[in-house]
Amino acid sequence: MPEHPELMLSTSHLTMKFGGLTAVSDFNLEIQKNEIVGLIGPNGAGKTTAFNMITGMLSPTEGKVLFKERDITGLKPHSITALGIARTFQNIRLFKEMSVLENVLVACNLSINTGILAATLHLPGYRARESEARRFSIELLEQVGLAHLANENGTSLPYGQQRRLEIARALATKPKILLLDEPAAGMNPQESFELMDFIRKIRDEFDLTIFLIEHHMQVVMGVCERMYVLDYGITIAQGDPASIQKNPKVIEAYLGVD
Amino acid sequence: MTLSLLFQHIVNALSLGSLYALLAIGYTMVYGILRLINFAHGDIFMVGAYVAFYGITLMSLPWWAALLFSIVFTAFFGIVLERVAYKPLRDSPRISIMISAIGASFLLESLAVLIFGGRPKGMPVPDVLSKVVYFGSVSMITISLIIPLFTFALLIVLLWIVNKTKIGMAMRAVSTDIEAARLMAVDVNKVVSVTFGIGSLLAALGGIMWSFKYPQLNPLMGMMPGLKCFIAAVIGGIGNIAGAVLGGFLLGIIEIMMVALLPTLSGYRDAFAFILLIIVLLIKPTGLLGKRQAEKV
Amino acid sequence: MSKKSSIRGGPISKNMLYTIIFLGACILFIFLADRLFDAFSLRVFNLCAIYIVLALSLNLLNGFTGLFSLGHAGFMAVGAYVSALLTMPAPLKEMNYFLVPIVSWLHHVTIPFLPALIIAGLVSACVGFLIGAPVLRLRDDYLAIATLGFGEIIRVIITNAQSITNGAQGLKGLPRFSTTFAVWTAAGLVVLFMVLLMRSSYGRAMKAVRDDELAAEAMGINVFRVKVTSFTVSSFLAGIGGALLGHMITTIDPKMFTFTLTYNILLIVVLGGVGSISGSVISAIIVTVMMEALRFLDEPINLIFFKTPAMPGLRMVVFSILLMVMIIYRQKGLMGNKEFSWEMFQNVFVKKSKKGGSHARTP
Repeated sequence: MPEHPELMLSTSHLTMKFGGLTAVSDFNLEIQKNEIVGLIGPNGAGKTTAFNMITGMLSPTEGKVLFKERDITGLKPHSITALGIARTFQNIRLFKEMSVLENVLVACNLSINTGILAATLHLPGYRARESEARRFSIELLEQVGLAHLANENGTSLPYGQQRRLEIARALATKPKILLLDEPAAGMNPQESFELMDFIRKIRDEFDLTIFLIEHHMQVVMGVCERMYVLDYGITIAQGDPASIQKNPKVIEAYLGVD
Repeated sequence: MTLSLLFQHIVNALSLGSLYALLAIGYTMVYGILRLINFAHGDIFMVGAYVAFYGITLMSLPWWAALLFSIVFTAFFGIVLERVAYKPLRDSPRISIMISAIGASFLLESLAVLIFGGRPKGMPVPDVLSKVVYFGSVSMITISLIIPLFTFALLIVLLWIVNKTKIGMAMRAVSTDIEAARLMAVDVNKVVSVTFGIGSLLAALGGIMWSFKYPQLNPLMGMMPGLKCFIAAVIGGIGNIAGAVLGGFLLGIIEIMMVALLPTLSGYRDAFAFILLIIVLLIKPTGLLGKRQAEKV
Repeated sequence: MSKKSSIRGGPISKNMLYTIIFLGACILFIFLADRLFDAFSLRVFNLCAIYIVLALSLNLLNGFTGLFSLGHAGFMAVGAYVSALLTMPAPLKEMNYFLVPIVSWLHHVTIPFLPALIIAGLVSACVGFLIGAPVLRLRDDYLAIATLGFGEIIRVIITNAQSITNGAQGLKGLPRFSTTFAVWTAAGLVVLFMVLLMRSSYGRAMKAVRDDELAAEAMGINVFRVKVTSFTVSSFLAGIGGALLGHMITTIDPKMFTFTLTYNILLIVVLGGVGSISGSVISAIIVTVMMEALRFLDEPINLIFFKTPAMPGLRMVVFSILLMVMIIYRQKGLMGNKEFSWEMFQNVFVKKSKKGGSHARTP
């Protein structure tokens, strides 16, 4: 529950056009601190495109993205991550040739923040930050229950664990806002249930604000306090779970699938 | 510069441009379908020239028979090369297949040194092609005139194949989206083989005509033209046949004209192509006639 | 280079002990080689060291950062020429520049080897930086061709800048600074540098860029800066390697630095394992030795009952076939992207289960 309402993330008239195709049209978002907000809609509705605009991977054709009142539109992704917005990916994008621990450690580079020379020469300043990063990474892995697999190759894990690894990795960037792109994809009911708990837990423990895309209606209705519904790039509804479930436009967009 | 000299330069430029275009088409077709830079293409060019050479000298064939034999042989050679060196790596990371292409190129070059010998050989040019023709005060060798005309005719045939035949449609499908084409029951292997066959055939033709115009064969003769023609294909828009032709002609014309107008810089002749490439890659990487290719996140 | 095993007995683990002993043996071997080898064998031996430097410089780029660059010979050329021009005494320069005299500001410059070497590396690094900044924005295959192009442009410039580089005539009589000590120290330092780098956070960032650029960027890594840094460092090392090569062969000319040279180094890297430091070291040694040892293939071969005729070029054919076979059937090369570890070494002899034992990876 948002205790002290503070606008963390907002977009204003965010639009993305690819040639003649409008993927996202006039998207207006407002997320307060510590909220868990959902973004739902049929396949191809533009949800990941919206994520990509917010995280700097796409430059919007029109509109603005604001992080705590600061205009971050069109900034490069790594700068946006440095400011405090992290994400996971729809098609899991782990670092294939690196271990579970290394995957998380990479995301700690923002905190380690040394030049190549200091790192290579293992100067004391670097060494201190590196061991701190390791400690933090192991801690995160323990949170997602993967610490015992720290030295395994990331992609040798089963699907569900890979997703958790991706979340741990995103958390390692010490974000204030976490964007999750279909975190429950491929999970069975038991795992989705655990995921819902997990999302609430990390929100509380890391003081996060969470924005997630999801198709898994159970998860969305269960964990999101509010949601936006996109269809063909247009926002057709927004509100709390109860009102969304009854909204005729939403039902129509999904063609009876709920 | 006198008008007649200018005219000679233009004809030369068109000749060179045609040869570059013939070679560039092969690169662009293969890249369009496999997203592969076929480094060995320039060496196919060399193989075509040498086979024709041996056809004339060793097998005592008349030059047109040697030419025909060579282009058929080289077309099959290209198909075999693809099967052996590229097909096994089709699903591997692109770097691997690129390394294989470089490896194939060096293999062909070292085999050529081994089999043909490193010393340059003189190509026996048939009289009909080395005759000097006069247009007023301008003198030209017939081959310089024949090359552009012949290339033009070939292009029409090629465009007909690509646009009006079933296999051409399959080729266009595969180059747009190989996965979708596979799902549409297009025989991708056959399309790839046909592509390599046509590309190698054109390269062989280019090689033979090149060696009629510049009658010196050596195992590395395909390296520079190969690189330049890849550049031509990129400049015109990689994956686009019209682009390759445009790029080839553009490169030929620029090269000849640069040397004609700025003779002091003629030592940098080979560098022009690369400089042009860098400029194009930085300003419009998709080339003059190319389309954008997006990556899905 | 070796992973600390789970056996942690005392302050120095078993693996560290093995490594120290091994390194000691290597140093001893190098000393003995310097004393006992004949001139030809010593030259091949020292060439191995230079190729270790060159292979690692390319592997840094290709194997660890995932950037496919084909212009390496260009950076080597820059390094070789800079070092040569800085160390050749004036009379030697006058002898070389008989067609067109050397530019005045280079005429009397003669500095000792070590500073010249470092400057050579730095100049290469600058060239790398200048080329890298625009070119690294391109996609893989375009990057390959663009770097190939730049390599050629550098070579053409060297061939034509008569008053600076002596053009196609090249430079002869370079001071023979590449002693056994010099080259093997250089090789050792470069290996040490690579190991430290790849174990650091910066090395991880490079590998992340290699594995998935987009994800790396999303995790806060300035991908472009990592690429440019990698390219610059790689050029620095290539420049040093080129300089060492020049001062060993004592003649340099533009025809030495063609794409063929880049290819030879690429061959070493691929055979050894793209992304493996120990793979590059082992491969550099094996390939360099074999290149010389297989020279007999170019000569008539005495097979007791008959003699094959001289087949010049057979050697390169064999190597090309080797590369093709390796890339088609065992893409990952000798070591893949793993590093040598003592457990791995034992497994080869004790023949444990294939997948068992070493998770041989630099942590």
